[in-house]
Amino acid sequence: MNWTIAIPEIVLSLLGMGILIFGVLQKRNTFHMCSMLTVGALIFTMVLVVSGASGLGYSGLFLADSYAVYVKLLVLAASVLGIVVSLDYNEHENLRRFEFPVLMLFATVGMMIMASASNMMSLYMGVELQSLAIYVLAAFARDDLRSSEAGLKYFVLGALASGLLLYGISLVYGFSGSMAFDHLAFVLADPSRASAGLVVGIVFVVAGLAFKISAVPFHMWTPDVYEGAPTPVTAFMATAPKVAAVALFVRVMIGPFGHLVSQWQQLIVLVSIGSMALGALAAIGQGNIKRLMAYSSIGHMGYILVGLAAGTQVGVRGVLIYLVTYVFTNAGMFACLVAMRRRGRAVERIADLGGLGKTDPGMAAALTIFLFSMAGIPPFAGFIGKYFVFVAAVNTGLWTLAVIGMVASAISAFYYIRIIKVMYFDAPEAAFDARPSSLSVVAGAGALFTTVFFIFPAPVVAAAEAAAKVLFG
Amino acid sequence: MMAVGLGHYLAVSAILLVLGIFGIFMNRKNVIVILMSVELILLAVNVNLVAFSASLGDLVGQVFAMFVLTVAAAEAAIGLAIVVIYFRNRGSIEVEDVNLMKG
Repeated sequence: MNWTIAIPEIVLSLLGMGILIFGVLQKRNTFHMCSMLTVGALIFTMVLVVSGASGLGYSGLFLADSYAVYVKLLVLAASVLGIVVSLDYNEHENLRRFEFPVLMLFATVGMMIMASASNMMSLYMGVELQSLAIYVLAAFARDDLRSSEAGLKYFVLGALASGLLLYGISLVYGFSGSMAFDHLAFVLADPSRASAGLVVGIVFVVAGLAFKISAVPFHMWTPDVYEGAPTPVTAFMATAPKVAAVALFVRVMIGPFGHLVSQWQQLIVLVSIGSMALGALAAIGQGNIKRLMAYSSIGHMGYILVGLAAGTQVGVRGVLIYLVTYVFTNAGMFACLVAMRRRGRAVERIADLGGLGKTDPGMAAALTIFLFSMAGIPPFAGFIGKYFVFVAAVNTGLWTLAVIGMVASAISAFYYIRIIKVMYFDAPEAAFDARPSSLSVVAGAGALFTTVFFIFPAPVVAAAEAAAKVLFG
Repeated sequence: MMAVGLGHYLAVSAILLVLGIFGIFMNRKNVIVILMSVELILLAVNVNLVAFSASLGDLVGQVFAMFVLTVAAAEAAIGLAIVVIYFRNRGSIEVEDVNLMKG
């Protein structure tokens, strides 16, 4: 059996258990130490992923191909950034418990399994491993009412989504006779074999996955959970799991259900339009910046789905490029949000950013770059991502979708630029506390990437091209 | 006498699923009832999987049902833990009290 293809996941799980044992056996507080070990384990796993073997193994349950490698590297990088962002915050908020990085590590293992799933069973196990770890993370500030409420809401709605996903899987299994992606693709190569039961099953699967990426109409948990969860957890939830869930969504729609494009395209187009519109309109009145980021991420998922709706190799390439820009912009943005701390207390209203341009020009400049990038203003990275998905939509004749996307993007620029206005033109608030270097590093790296990406997009585009090709090969 | 066929199992499972979903959305009293509804949904899935597995003559469905049972146990454990910390902070687990953040 070709078991070596899963070595990165196996090693990362073993290291996670090792770190857990290390943390338990030490008498002193090992939060910082365990975080560093986890970062090391994640980086080591990146090396293993790059150098790992490819192929199909575990009786067709697990697939390592260049698409999976691309997604895994991005997920691992996002997790590293998430842990670095949490270091200082957890010290301040009395959350320095060594389980925190380990939970992130196991969520990452789940995401890697999602990226490599080639069977409904491994898909479900990956999704659950990821979700269960993140339910706990959302409720991690266990003495804080808002955090526990966020955890409760996320758990209830997440469990419902898993239930719908599973019900869909059971129907797909029953009406096609298999759970393996390649066999499903083979059966569905003749679209007349797609019975009504199977189509219902596909709709349930789409609903479950749409929940995981928080697309309309399954977005209602997002603002509350983003607002209530501790900010580093929000940063983590907004990046790594989104990447894994989008990647899984794309693989499922293009792989097993790829021959039914004409049937699911309408569905994805509607979900995409809904997400873009809600992301653009609902964020306008928000006063809490974490809540605003929640609507912003709903909108971004809409743009990503534009690429999926195209259903072509160019579309998938666009999705993969968009994910890279999305992760680095969001990680940097959240690093700045975590740094919003006044006299030892975390603040999270947009008004708290007033006059930041005078009190902390560096952070204001970084935030400006991230906000411009999210609004899709050239030459920042977000523009490149949007360009690639909209080109794919136009190439497939989805003109309306592309135009709606551009309109939504223009509307959302309004609330992004409003924040910039608050930073530079409003009366200065008291200065924030000194920024810890870990956050400066993440924000700086994110800002640098976001700014220079348009000069060096070639490696990412080439990797995305190769990854997308695998799905259509 | 009528033989029990695949259709009957699917009907039972669909009813369980609908009961579970309604249990989550219609319930205004208690979070524990929501946890029970989630279990109901997962049981509906298991009925489906085992019925399909038997009718297809394929064991994969039954293996998957085992996985679902295991995950359901883990999920219930985590769900109850979250309900406990919520209760400690709020002093109530009424669904209507879960409203600190609008939405």
